[in-house]
Amino acid sequence: MTQSPPRRVRITSPRTGVRRSHPVVVAHEINEQTQLGEVYMRSLVRSQLRLAVVVLTTLGLFVAGLPLAFHFAPSLAEIEVMGIPVPWLVLGFVVYPAFVCIGWVYVRHAERNESRFAELAEVSPDPIDKRYRE
Amino acid sequence: MALVTAATILLGTLGLRFSRTTSDFYVASRSAGRLSNASAIGGEYLSAASFLGVAGLVLAYGVDMLWYPVGWTAGYLVLLTLVAAPLRRSGAYTLPDFAEVRLESLPVRRLASAFVILISWLYLIPQLQGAGLTLQVIAGAPEWVGIVLVGVVVLLNVLSGGMRSITFVQAFQYWLKLTALFVPLLFLLAAWRGNEPDAGRAALHDPNWLLPLQSQPHALYLTYSIIAATFLGTMGLPHVVLRFYTNPDGTAARRTTLLVLCLLGFFYLMPALYGVLGRMYASDLARSGRFDTVVLVLPGRLLGEGADLLGALLAAGAFAAFLSTSSGLTVAVAGVVSQDILGGRIRGVRAFRIATALGVAVALLLALASRVISVASTVGWAFAIAASTFCPLLILGIWWPRLTGVGAAAGLVVGGLASGTAVALTMIDAGRGGWLGALLTEPAAWSVPLAFATMIVGSLLSAHRVPANVARTMVRLHTPESLDVDRGSWHPERRVSPS
Repeated sequence: MTQSPPRRVRITSPRTGVRRSHPVVVAHEINEQTQLGEVYMRSLVRSQLRLAVVVLTTLGLFVAGLPLAFHFAPSLAEIEVMGIPVPWLVLGFVVYPAFVCIGWVYVRHAERNESRFAELAEVSPDPIDKRYRE
Repeated sequence: MALVTAATILLGTLGLRFSRTTSDFYVASRSAGRLSNASAIGGEYLSAASFLGVAGLVLAYGVDMLWYPVGWTAGYLVLLTLVAAPLRRSGAYTLPDFAEVRLESLPVRRLASAFVILISWLYLIPQLQGAGLTLQVIAGAPEWVGIVLVGVVVLLNVLSGGMRSITFVQAFQYWLKLTALFVPLLFLLAAWRGNEPDAGRAALHDPNWLLPLQSQPHALYLTYSIIAATFLGTMGLPHVVLRFYTNPDGTAARRTTLLVLCLLGFFYLMPALYGVLGRMYASDLARSGRFDTVVLVLPGRLLGEGADLLGALLAAGAFAAFLSTSSGLTVAVAGVVSQDILGGRIRGVRAFRIATALGVAVALLLALASRVISVASTVGWAFAIAASTFCPLLILGIWWPRLTGVGAAAGLVVGGLASGTAVALTMIDAGRGGWLGALLTEPAAWSVPLAFATMIVGSLLSAHRVPANVARTMVRLHTPESLDVDRGSWHPERRVSPS
């Protein structure tokens, strides 16, 4: 990002409101590494990173919190469900379907982020937007 | 067991007919189907440590050891969220490739190559030694026989088919391992039916075994260190990463990873049960230190004479584990050695073959020369080193555009030296006991943050040396393939020769 300053692009087309014949405009901005292109890229990367952080925080609280819980509340580890102590039940069984669920939620959201970005990038920017930038 | 070996070789030879170009050899030309790809990832990943090691550790140390399989699965969840799609989109074949495309620096690439080789060898040793142990238990053969046997089979297999055959072979190995553990387990549980011997019941109700954080001093620190190493180390394992390039695109990489999570979760329900059954019927193994053999010994203990067939099935599964993980690691080592060490002089398929022979030979010598430690803990060290080197490289490289080659190199060196020294000291048995011993046996909890901090500080100090094309690389890593944008022209097979 510390390359030579991005080239300024002046939008001069008078055809506001007319759909361009070649619709890949934001993709063009990304290719030319204009400020607009960078804004789009940053928004994509940030939305994916935010999603990952939320998912991993959930994982951290749910799983990585367990040893601390057992450390500070040892009585927790002595509870039995159906004759099986809770730590065995959780670490031996419950975590695995939980991982799959967390992973499934993540994949759905990550794909949604990407398809939104692809939609944005494949249509020309809003004509009003364009006028705004002139 | 002879059957598995035969089937592995057969499938490997079949693959020979398909492999044509270098790209075939490295990544199977990315044409494997999703379930077979996910099974292949699972098949390659479930090593001797999963098949034998976990049950043994659970038998000996109890509930705390369940963190190993939990972490090995959670590692894929972390990999899924932070690495899977961008890594596939990077287009790199190997970790050094990723270092090069992102940091545009050959020294960092070479450093990454060195760590790929180090981690692979460390991971190969317990696989080969596990084979020696297994053959000793089931056939009374001296230990070196199993080691050499697996080494030779892996060598032939990788030589004949490269990665494409390995995808078929590995997918088959996952289902074989699952069956090999599942069917005997049903018989064992039926034989147990809630009636364990009194000695077994007593062993089961030992609070040091039954309750968390009781089995050893500094258990809380050790547990968190295992969590750090396994959750973060998975993404840095050379054979795991290599497998990602066989997905057709980033979206497929994510979905495949999700499927892998399902397959691993299902598999890991079983080793813990073997460990618990072992505690009831074979707790003497903990005292004699041969707890890695519990999975193989159990059918005989519970079912007596009629258990030969189940024992053979378990041994077959164990060999599937040694063969599949060793093959994956060998492909990873061979890929790196042929590209980065031989790359200047010899090229293409021939370089790959020479590198394979070299990689297996060294691993064999190391496995024969070093003493046998618990299979799962040796594998745990490979995870610790991977977490202290490649994890920060991947995470910062993918998500932080300001990572520089200088920062990455500093982090790799510091993280690798810290974790590597700790592992080496533990291997020669120095610094035992007390806090220092705990810090050295499980270094990840401090070496991973150290590596991250070094990379970040190093990059901020060398901010003027951010790679020139980093913006283009970010586009390459993060935009979905459906979008028609310029992703730069880097390709692993058209790279400038490093010499």
